[in-house]
Amino acid sequence: MPAPDRTIEVRALTKTFGLNPVLRGLDLDVPRGEFLTLLGPNGSGKTTLLRILGALARPTSGTVRIGGWELPGEAEFVRAQLGVVSHLPLLYDTLTAEENLLFFARMYNVPREMRRDRVETVLRRVGLARRARDVVATYSRGMQQRLAIARAILHDPAVLLLDEPYTGLDQDAAALLDELLREVAIGGRTVIMTTHDLRRGHALADRIAILSRGKIAFDAPCREVDPDALPALYADTTGAATTR
Amino acid sequence: MSANPEPTTHPVSAAEGAAARPAAQTARKRRPLTPFWRAVGAVAWKDLRAEIRSRELINSMVLFTFMTVMVFSLALELDKEARQTTVAGVLWVTIVFAGLIGLSRSLAAEKDRGSLDALLLAPVDRSALFFGKMLSNLLFVLVIALVLLALLTVLFNVTLLKPLLIVVVVLGTIGFTTAGTLLSSMSVHARAREAMLPIILMPVVLPVLISAVRASTAILEGLPRDDWFPWIQLLVVADVIFLAAGYGLFDYVVEE
Repeated sequence: MPAPDRTIEVRALTKTFGLNPVLRGLDLDVPRGEFLTLLGPNGSGKTTLLRILGALARPTSGTVRIGGWELPGEAEFVRAQLGVVSHLPLLYDTLTAEENLLFFARMYNVPREMRRDRVETVLRRVGLARRARDVVATYSRGMQQRLAIARAILHDPAVLLLDEPYTGLDQDAAALLDELLREVAIGGRTVIMTTHDLRRGHALADRIAILSRGKIAFDAPCREVDPDALPALYADTTGAATTR
Repeated sequence: MSANPEPTTHPVSAAEGAAARPAAQTARKRRPLTPFWRAVGAVAWKDLRAEIRSRELINSMVLFTFMTVMVFSLALELDKEARQTTVAGVLWVTIVFAGLIGLSRSLAAEKDRGSLDALLLAPVDRSALFFGKMLSNLLFVLVIALVLLALLTVLFNVTLLKPLLIVVVVLGTIGFTTAGTLLSSMSVHARAREAMLPIILMPVVLPVLISAVRASTAILEGLPRDDWFPWIQLLVVADVIFLAAGYGLFDYVVEE
């Protein structure tokens, strides 16, 4: 049995849809507790990479280890360590926030005697305790995204995968999400976030990587990257035009 | 969105920070996975709870059932003997088409709102997700079957609330919903999934439907055991095969 060390190791990862290669021999290491922002144009393979890390898609070839567990063979052990936030809230809009979280607490095997406390704690943490018994359909997009974060951290995961979590949020809601993401990164969690927002991605992360044509084309600690020079760097690396 | 009733998040207290830290410190421990039947119960409970609140599926299915039975009742002006012969066909045609409404939405709704990914991300044996969805679908179709038995008893003036017939209805519904849940998970990624499900499901459940109709007719006509028992045996065999197929195949069917 491998020893889970809470790092993410990806080696020579490829993923092909039909004849279309999306990931082409990608290598990536993320040490424990690091916040990595993954940038890249549409179609560069960011979401595909996160779906493979989340055991939602099988790699065509290559190896993926998360916390010492290997995918796809030990997918259930990998999934137990993951919290995922997507641009979709992944919630049930006819259930209340509390019912949603109690359901996911059961699915993530949170012990029965701890479930209600845990749900209350995470709801307080995302500022939704007063709306706990409201149906999710009545929530604004920003509130749904905060609840999605509550769902993702409910089982205290070691790794957070955030796939464009800012999509559809206005400035206030995005600022709240910034604050939340900084908080959830506390406690030694490893975070990988994909985003098109270069400045925000740089401000939140410890390290920044740019994915282009299915490979990591740039990878450096954020302290070595000037945020003002990032748009030009991004454009040079990906060949894409950007104003952000 | 800016008019947010709770504008700030709760700051991380020292206690909560400490509560978050054990995640890092206990990383080398194997996190226990969710037991199979707990996951099955959780998925079925969630579906029932959501349906009780929205009544989206059950209302459509009950309305369809009512309309279909009315049409059959008005179209077929039959004597008592003819009613007894045709009622089994009416019963199963209505169960199948009302059931299709529920089956086609069950996983499609999960896919559309993205919650299918949330289910697939849970650290559970994926066949537990299959059994949870199958269980909730089964309960919805059984509710419809119960309504249908009562309606047909009144409108066709034939006693349908017989224990043996109820056994056939339960066995037939298990086979139909098991195959339906599996095939709806196959068609969920397709563009024309609502049209595709009946096309791929009907040939597969044909043995179940034939057995169910033949057993129901024989029971309603009061025929001897030898006329209905083999059909019930066939239903049991079909149910076991479909349940085993669902258990073994669901993981492959839902994965990209």
